[in-house]
Amino acid sequence: MSRESRKLARKRENDYARDWKGPYRPYDLIKEATIAIGVVIGIVLVLTILFSSPDDKPSTVQQWARTDPVDFVTTATSELAGTSALAGYGPPYNHNGDGQHILFLRPQKWLGVDHPIDTAQDFVITPLREINGEPLTQAAVSVWEAAPAKLQTAWTDAYTKALGNATPIAGGSALAVKPGNHGPVPVMMNSLLRYAQGGGLDGALVNSKQFYQTDYTKPLLFLADGGVLKKRAQDQHLLGGQWGMMNETGSFPGQTWLWLYTFWYQIKPFTTSWAANADIAVMAVMGILSLAFILIPMIPGIRDIPRKIPLYKLIWRDWYRTVPEPPKAGA
Amino acid sequence: MSAVKGSNWTVKVREKAVGALPPDKLLPDGVPAYVSSWIYVFGVLSIAALVVIIGSGTILALKGPGWWHFTGVGHFFNSIHMWSVEVFFFVMVVHLWGKFWMASWRGGRTRVWVTGAITFLVAVPCALTGYVSQQNFDAQWISTQAKDAMNAVGIGSFFNLTNFGQMYSWHIYLLPLAVVALVGAHVLLVRTHGVVPPFELPTDKSTAPATNGQTDVREVAEITPAEIKTSTTQGAQS
Repeated sequence: MSRESRKLARKRENDYARDWKGPYRPYDLIKEATIAIGVVIGIVLVLTILFSSPDDKPSTVQQWARTDPVDFVTTATSELAGTSALAGYGPPYNHNGDGQHILFLRPQKWLGVDHPIDTAQDFVITPLREINGEPLTQAAVSVWEAAPAKLQTAWTDAYTKALGNATPIAGGSALAVKPGNHGPVPVMMNSLLRYAQGGGLDGALVNSKQFYQTDYTKPLLFLADGGVLKKRAQDQHLLGGQWGMMNETGSFPGQTWLWLYTFWYQIKPFTTSWAANADIAVMAVMGILSLAFILIPMIPGIRDIPRKIPLYKLIWRDWYRTVPEPPKAGA
Repeated sequence: MSAVKGSNWTVKVREKAVGALPPDKLLPDGVPAYVSSWIYVFGVLSIAALVVIIGSGTILALKGPGWWHFTGVGHFFNSIHMWSVEVFFFVMVVHLWGKFWMASWRGGRTRVWVTGAITFLVAVPCALTGYVSQQNFDAQWISTQAKDAMNAVGIGSFFNLTNFGQMYSWHIYLLPLAVVALVGAHVLLVRTHGVVPPFELPTDKSTAPATNGQTDVREVAEITPAEIKTSTTQGAQS
């Protein structure tokens, strides 16, 4: 078929579909909408009564510090040392990385740091400075602050290494490690551990410029750097490699509509060569697919699928029974 | 008839609105005879599910974000809210597939398809902000994981999934407003253009004039009321 005749056929198809001049049947729009609402309420009530909805209690820093003090202190030390995932994340939290990119596009970097987080200051030093009645802790923080960066790194490196064989003592309220060149770090970390176990750190980490609080960015990102959320998520099949983004706690359906988005995280090259920039790559793919979805009526080939695979004959089978057979060739 | 003439803006808007969508077209008491399939039900079911979502969400919003965690009644309404969202997406997806296979953009209905598709895409972050506003472990995990995708494309600098207050505002006001506005525009466009007619059955008369319901099918008068009755399954047009 030539381009001109395709254009003509398309025009004819559109003209045919423009205004309906055929028969109508009686119909009650309001009645049908009312019935539909009743049906949905019925379905939802049945699902609610049968399955309820999930509500797993949130993890707290206090709970984390009590149940896994070694992981808590290891994470806190990495925040102090600036070696945690968040410390090197880049925008929108800090300038310690450029963030993800695709080709020459670096929107993460371009949009800049909007929620500044200094992991050492915000997660360790400032909370420790809020502890009253512990002169040893305050002295340790002062020693840390006065030390040159190179020495701080040596202390945290050595302490991080020692944490590999750390043992909780005094009922888990402190960690014992092999002696080494750790400087004031053990004192600081054991103090932070006790503070967290008492619940103080949960409050201290909430953005605090006013009395009322609604921003949990800091405690959430601190928790996310540790293993507490990940362990629970793994048990609930919520990790990225477990199609986690579309799953929900328990056996509930979750956000099944995100299946295509989650799908890309399961396959190559998003899991291999593109892994470092997987998020922006997936978002780019989904952005293109979403645009294509919106613009289907304008995309040759895609918009012709319904005509070429005539499921419409099934949809309108009742109607087609009432119309005459089309003329055959040569008839 | 209005006594006001000339440059009255209100009269102009009214005349334009009524001209585009007269009352009998806005709230019709008849539909084309081809609107006869269960697939048509999914459009009105999508709207019905949206009504239930907004109703249950309004009760949850009236009582505050923490209420459902410590009361049985609150948990009940949270369950209603969650399941109505699940139903909404299910019926909306079926509706979209149905409209795809009908090529419902034909005959100048591109905007009908576009508003429907955008509604689906806006409903996704609307649901996501709900998931991260739950104040439970689910919210903690989803927000800390999904933030990376938002940050990677720069959205994270002004749309912070770990900021409960911001997400709650988006969830109960901004995004639902967008969804309702889009659904409203979508429905008005459907009412303006009508439900897309069936494909013309293949014919060798390629040069025949493109009309429907008159020359290519039997005349209206030839279809008996009995045929119409038996060929119609009650279904919503959307």
